[in-house]
Amino acid sequence: MTSTAQRLAAIRGDVPPKRHNARTIAALTGNPGCARRAVLDGAGVDKTALAQRVGFPARFGQSRFAITRGNAFEAQVKADGGAELLRLVAQRLGVPVPHRASWTDLGGADDLPDRRERSRAALTATGPDAALFDHPLLGLDVAGQRVHLEPDLVAARLGGRFHVVEIKSFPVIDGQADPAKVSAAAVQSAVYVLALRDLLAAAGRDPESVSHDVVLVCPRDFANQPMASLIDVRKQLLVLRRQLDRMARLDDLLTAVPVGFTVDPAVDSVTLTAALHTVPARYAPDCLAGCELAYFCRDEARGQTGALGRPVREALGGIAEVAEVLALATGERAADPEREEAAALLRAAARLRADALAGHPA
Amino acid sequence: MSTLRALAKAQALAAGVAQPVATVRHLHLAQRPLVLVPLAMAGEAHAPLAALVGTAPDDARLLVVPQPRNRDQRFRFVTELAGTVLPWLDGFRGVSEAVAVDRGRDVRYRYADAPQLWVPNPAGITFLRLLGRSTRFRRPDGEYPVHPAVPLLGRWLTFFAERAEQPGSSALLAMTDALTLHWATGQSAVEDQHLPALLGWIDPPAGSTGVEAAARAEDPQVCPPAGPATDPEFDNVALAPVMAAWAAADDDPAARDEAYAELVRLLRGQLAPTWELMWRGLGLLGGLPPGARVAGRWAGDRDAFTGYAEHLDADGGPQPRHDGAVAAAVRLHRLERAATSYAVQRAYDDPLVMAEHRLAGEAFVADVTLADPGRVDDSGKRPVLRPRIQVVTTEPVRMPVGATLWSTARPGQKAKVVFVTPAADGRTEVVLELSGGMGRGLTAPPGSVPQVGERLCLTTLSEAYLPAGTFPAAEETPWTHGGPPTYDPPDVVSSVVG
Repeated sequence: MTSTAQRLAAIRGDVPPKRHNARTIAALTGNPGCARRAVLDGAGVDKTALAQRVGFPARFGQSRFAITRGNAFEAQVKADGGAELLRLVAQRLGVPVPHRASWTDLGGADDLPDRRERSRAALTATGPDAALFDHPLLGLDVAGQRVHLEPDLVAARLGGRFHVVEIKSFPVIDGQADPAKVSAAAVQSAVYVLALRDLLAAAGRDPESVSHDVVLVCPRDFANQPMASLIDVRKQLLVLRRQLDRMARLDDLLTAVPVGFTVDPAVDSVTLTAALHTVPARYAPDCLAGCELAYFCRDEARGQTGALGRPVREALGGIAEVAEVLALATGERAADPEREEAAALLRAAARLRADALAGHPA
Repeated sequence: MSTLRALAKAQALAAGVAQPVATVRHLHLAQRPLVLVPLAMAGEAHAPLAALVGTAPDDARLLVVPQPRNRDQRFRFVTELAGTVLPWLDGFRGVSEAVAVDRGRDVRYRYADAPQLWVPNPAGITFLRLLGRSTRFRRPDGEYPVHPAVPLLGRWLTFFAERAEQPGSSALLAMTDALTLHWATGQSAVEDQHLPALLGWIDPPAGSTGVEAAARAEDPQVCPPAGPATDPEFDNVALAPVMAAWAAADDDPAARDEAYAELVRLLRGQLAPTWELMWRGLGLLGGLPPGARVAGRWAGDRDAFTGYAEHLDADGGPQPRHDGAVAAAVRLHRLERAATSYAVQRAYDDPLVMAEHRLAGEAFVADVTLADPGRVDDSGKRPVLRPRIQVVTTEPVRMPVGATLWSTARPGQKAKVVFVTPAADGRTEVVLELSGGMGRGLTAPPGSVPQVGERLCLTTLSEAYLPAGTFPAAEETPWTHGGPPTYDPPDVVSSVVG
């Protein structure tokens, strides 16, 4: 065990690490400057339980209706050895629909090393034939740690090229789907493309044989009929690659974390709260949609302009504290030279607001 | 986000209660609005689950779908909704008024009032748009017949959803948008989308601050979400077992009635709090005086309503799934014009909105120090009246010489910047040459030229009429835009079977 691994185990406490998935990686790249999140996720801390312990439970439930529907649609699309899926994907890619394709289910038993090996062997085995691989186990290095991904997806090999196929149950209506859901699916798929490319590169194969065009299979309009769309994830890949590279390596991050920092579930909640405050976070309202600890961080960031949203902070001249903004606006506090411009703007804004609210001038 | 608005948010946080960002109401409030609070089934491709609908706080009609995955039940819901909405729409088709067109040479008619529809949030507008999309192509005959009211409601809902895209329209409004247009809270824009939290900031219950009220509103056990998405916990713990009980009691009428009653009780419990909030929100908006140009924009909504009612009377077909090239360009042009004029009108109506433009250097307030109302420019072919005034302001003047300004007090008059001179103690003197709004003679009528001592707000924002662009007919679509449209293939109809 390396010292980093020991350190992370101590932070996590006496519980097994929580596994990453593409969604958490995608969210991690959404706020790469947050050290608190990087450390906790790197250590595999169960943030849902942690948020509960410190009195700010996360509110990410999933409706069982949505889960049922998602599973039913996935089963429908994958039925019959993936024959329908193969047809959809081939047609969307504009290649002749193969007469047959092998279907390899790489999921199953929870023996990680074995599954990893099976996935590696199956995906790197050369073969010109069309093949579909269900539930492959992939890996990716995130913040200095090896993270295993168990995508609920299919990798399709057609004409010697791999395509990531993501099955989602949100509808595409008149060729349009909810942009937020599509972009989330695109980032997640990009994580899988990256992991699949890593796997091929490690086996000495050409990583570019994994296409940057991922296939998104969704229900069409208001019916259950599946349709395939292509999403070019080159942009997401670039962002992901850059942010994964840029994300400070955990070793470096850990040097800034107090020695003895732990979120061990055995520790009492007051100590936990105090410990969390020692690792800096970078809260933004977007966190509410993606991070289990967001409500805790929001409470901590109360009084910060950034907690009102990045545009608000920018419009206020980048000044961090609401109290300082108001003091500068009323002229109670003199600004230091580099803030003089922002302060002048705030003073003008405060005067104009007061004038208009007082009813003059017309 | 303007600095002025951001400052209002900071002030709201410090004060513990939302702060006004408007001094007048920028939208029309109807006498008899229809409030609609929809709920959708999680995970489904737009399956309505329930709705509360009505035109008065004590007149809420609850519509429930016991099994939203069942297509027949979904269309029964739409038929019931049409039973409320269509008679309400017809109620606005009684009285018309004459409008002069073509400089008084002709006259056309429009309805004296128009329907106004309210939903809790922008997701509610999307819900109605998709409900319109899923119903407007349906047919009362053929393979999957539906009630004739279904496609009619679908067309009207699509009409409302398209109006909602137009800046300044008050036909279909989301309560969260309407409230954030007038108040700034101490929370982020994302959190403002949650109606209970937003109203907690604007109108906190006695003895609590906006922060506390908003925090309380975030607990779905206390404040159910304002839809259309339901609380997953509610789905899993309460709704799913009752739906299962209803489905299981297939051949036991008593058990089925019991399950249905329980379903109604549960869904009413989720919808009723939002229903109350909607009417509270309407009451708060009603407390603001309307802006001077609101009635003019509402006339545009009445025109649109009249036009679409006539289109349907003439057996007009449903709105297409996609705009053709020309229709898309026309729509974009119309929306851009509406956005521009809406921004200008709000600034002219409301000094607090104009203050944002003053801060951005697009307007300044100045006192008239000199006026030459009788000045005549006789350098051209014939003499013209061109009074000059000098104004003094303490605000920075960023307009160059030669720029044209308008005064909010006299929107029809142009003021050209002739000289800009810095004066003592940071003031600026500006000499302006006036044209227009003074009649045809060589003497300005009294009051048409600002007098010495008058305070003016001068701005580059112009209320002048924006001429409509010209576009080719659809059958003359240029080849650069795909050429004239071809007939939609018949699979359009088969693909909308839902």
